[in-house]
Amino acid sequence: MIKRIIIFIMLGLMAMIFFNLASNYVENESLLKLGRYYAEKGPQELGAPNLVTAVVVTYRGLDTLGEVTVLFISAAGVGLLLRRTRRKQNDEDLEKADRREERAGVHKPASEIVETATQLLLPMVILFGIYVFINGHLSPGGGFQGGAIIASGTMFLLLALPESHISRILIAVTESLSGFSYVVIGVLGVILAGGFLDNRILGLGEYGDLFSAGAIPLIYCFIGLKVGFELSAVLDRFRKDDTGPEKT
Amino acid sequence: MIPDIPISLIALCCGLALILIGLWGMLTQRNMIRIIIGFSLIDTGIHMVMVSIGYVTGGTAPIINDSVPLAEAVKRIVDPVPSALVLTAIVIGLGVTSVMLSFAVRIYKARKTLMIDELTESKL
Repeated sequence: MIKRIIIFIMLGLMAMIFFNLASNYVENESLLKLGRYYAEKGPQELGAPNLVTAVVVTYRGLDTLGEVTVLFISAAGVGLLLRRTRRKQNDEDLEKADRREERAGVHKPASEIVETATQLLLPMVILFGIYVFINGHLSPGGGFQGGAIIASGTMFLLLALPESHISRILIAVTESLSGFSYVVIGVLGVILAGGFLDNRILGLGEYGDLFSAGAIPLIYCFIGLKVGFELSAVLDRFRKDDTGPEKT
Repeated sequence: MIPDIPISLIALCCGLALILIGLWGMLTQRNMIRIIIGFSLIDTGIHMVMVSIGYVTGGTAPIINDSVPLAEAVKRIVDPVPSALVLTAIVIGLGVTSVMLSFAVRIYKARKTLMIDELTESKL
């Protein structure tokens, strides 16, 4: 009981703080200094129409590298936490046994409508994800969004065809290659242009074209692939795990 | 008809309300999944607050092309910095949530329960 009262007092105090914050809130009439700088200089300096992309990929590129690292570590953490513990003898035998188990009805098959819809829509979902991250410098979107769309395609696949097998090796290779290339582009920026992750190692091209804005589309492609495959791996981990003992 | 409330203030209040709801959920619920949902609500609320703070009156998305020419850009776009920050924050939040969920799965496998009351060995 006392706990509850304390919680409510605390929430009330938080609400008071928030109320103060909201009642004194005045909408910005103009951009702040930093935003103004990016708006004035960004398009000429980097050639990217989407300023958010310019900020994320180039001006604050190091933060994004850190962000990708955090995502990688959390995906690795999920993989570590949800690994199969009884994998001691022959891995392949066990995998086969598991798959047999899955086929024997641990996974309920999806309905025909869902399966057909998946076969029809999955390529489009993945294509849309690729579109979103390739056009990240021109339109709303980017590597993370595109990667999330690709991962939602994977989710789709896992829901509709629970027995489908996603190659771990493919995921690992694509992910590490794209992460590696991302860092290589960053280092090339130090050598060829103004600094780490500078996008001007390639020509800026025509403003508003698909192949413009220097290395930004390239970087976003790598980020998109990396994020997409990483999230797919996370989803796969969460699925594989449900053959465990809680199915009673 | 509709009182003249700035749209960013509405978003700000929604975000703050979400933070409060999430905090309430995290403090009162005993089920781990619900606690994680509370965390996600706080996360979303903070993102909404951040985006609404970056709003500029009458501004549009910070994409400079034919519809928003460079000459007018400074007056017509919202601040790109909070948007970029929120983009980062969403991804980090996703990573944290996935790790929390996998911890919950592990605890459930080991103890067959998701209620934190039954995990007494961490109590003082």
